[in-house]
Amino acid sequence: MTGTEATPKITLPFEEPVAEIDRQILSLKERDDAENYENELSELRDTRNNLLKKLYENITPWQTVKVARHPDRPQTTDYIRLICRDFRELHGDRRFGDDAAIRTGFARIGPHKVMIVGHQKGKNTEERIDCHFGCAHPEGYRKALHKMKLAEKFNIPIVAFVDTPGAYPGLKAEERGQAQAIAENLKEMSRLETPIVSIVIGEGGSGGALGIAVADRVAMLQFSWYSVISPEGCAAILWKEANEETNLAAATNLALTSRDNLRNGLIDAIIAEPLGGAQRDEQLTATNVERWIVDTLTDLSRFNPKTLVQRRYEKFANMGVTSEA
Amino acid sequence: MDKNSVTKQQQTTQWADEASSPAKKRGIPEGLWMRCTSCAAILFRRSVENNLWVCPECQHHFRLSGSQRIEQLVDAGTFEPHDENLAPADPLQFVDLKKYPDRLEAAQKKTGFNDAMQTGQAFIKGRKVMIGAMDFTFLGGSMGSVVGEKIRRIIEAAADQDLPLIIVSASGGARMMESGLSLMQMAKTSAALARFDDMGGLFISVLSDPTTGGVTASFAMLGDVILAEPNALIGFAGPRVIEQTIKQALPDGFQRAEFLQSCGFVDCVVARKDLRSEISSIIDYAGK
Repeated sequence: MTGTEATPKITLPFEEPVAEIDRQILSLKERDDAENYENELSELRDTRNNLLKKLYENITPWQTVKVARHPDRPQTTDYIRLICRDFRELHGDRRFGDDAAIRTGFARIGPHKVMIVGHQKGKNTEERIDCHFGCAHPEGYRKALHKMKLAEKFNIPIVAFVDTPGAYPGLKAEERGQAQAIAENLKEMSRLETPIVSIVIGEGGSGGALGIAVADRVAMLQFSWYSVISPEGCAAILWKEANEETNLAAATNLALTSRDNLRNGLIDAIIAEPLGGAQRDEQLTATNVERWIVDTLTDLSRFNPKTLVQRRYEKFANMGVTSEA
Repeated sequence: MDKNSVTKQQQTTQWADEASSPAKKRGIPEGLWMRCTSCAAILFRRSVENNLWVCPECQHHFRLSGSQRIEQLVDAGTFEPHDENLAPADPLQFVDLKKYPDRLEAAQKKTGFNDAMQTGQAFIKGRKVMIGAMDFTFLGGSMGSVVGEKIRRIIEAAADQDLPLIIVSASGGARMMESGLSLMQMAKTSAALARFDDMGGLFISVLSDPTTGGVTASFAMLGDVILAEPNALIGFAGPRVIEQTIKQALPDGFQRAEFLQSCGFVDCVVARKDLRSEISSIIDYAGK
């Protein structure tokens, strides 16, 4: 139960009962005679932690989406800071520009040299605008591919952090070939002769997420989401209106949680988050992520590159459910 | 057609509204006479049909079903369908205002096919090919597990026999009711095309109205040669979503085939009457 004491700056509506107890704890602690309330404090902490545990055990898919979007949730640059050594950022797609919504560069994680490719949403308003809130333009996908090919050339494994509401839906993005850029990534990633691991750390929004997630192994953080469309987008079309009720229905039907995606065979692993979500303890989250990356890359190093590509193809070829009379 | 069958937020576009309005219904209009949805001319139905479903007055290209498309493109009587029995399931037990199986049943009844994709072997001007055509009238031509798997199999069939592959797209994108499974069809079809590419296969991608979302962002944009029908809507995001994002009106012709050609993403806009000769010529240049 470490690290969960700190209430995040932003409390999600469903966490309000916990925030209320946090406020009580704080006011007790701030009293001059706080030492007289040790028992009460300890009791409150237990109540609070049990409540938090219960809330997160019974979390709905729509609440999961909100946790996945929490502004304090660790992002690609946080994982770079927390688990990478000697990060050497590499910019630009050599064609058009440098998209801040996708960060790329060499790094070391544990015993492995890797190429980092990750969506970045931005940690403050200025950066968020710069990153288009994690919605990459075509140059972002082309930058990712350029660096991934560089990694392949030198037999360096690729570690991709997925965190996007979707690829940017804008005029310039269309003019510069958003669809073509994503399609190219899907095709080329499927035949890159180097290990690829991908982790959905927050939002896995449709093709914009898949554009860096055609990997040998894909993991999701426990409270991230990954789906063909956002719940709001789906609700607006199929339920004719996006509201709390229809968003919940859409999120549930879309089977977008880590558990759903594991059950449906679309991902290979779930990485546990600290009690109350990654936003409450970035260090513990990063440690779990690092362990999965190191173990998985070590495991994948058994395969020669051609075998990896063959297995990667078979994995995606087997996805889908049909009936055949 | 039911507006609900349009499959992504990004596809709630103008064409979806047109398609949903019975008065402007595309596909095969009933009756002896019909009105062109583009220029409003009153046309003798048979004359439009004989003109490959292109308006003789304004050259508007009406949407075709998968069967009509294949019939128009291949030499008469040469189409041998593949994987006709491959049918959709409901793995997520998806229920919105309707149940997914009910939507499927209605679409199957309407089109006479299991899903939104027909594939098979045929000849085009005497050249043996593997061909696939999407059917927009089946849940907006959306790509779920069946569409993705049929595409993968036809790519592998083309690879096995070293035959040219032609896929005609008409789709709103990935199918929401199969969620992540639909999304992964984008990876599956693109990966199959990578292998086909590795062995030197020729893939001609033909984009018809409309081709958007996850279909454009996967196999449709991966042709060795990409052709498009005049004025076809082609894009990743739908126009309405883009307008909402950038908060300004989109320029005329935005995301139309000619726009894609000028941006460098379509090799050539080709009128329907010229598609057969264009395709067979490209096959010859590739030596396939």
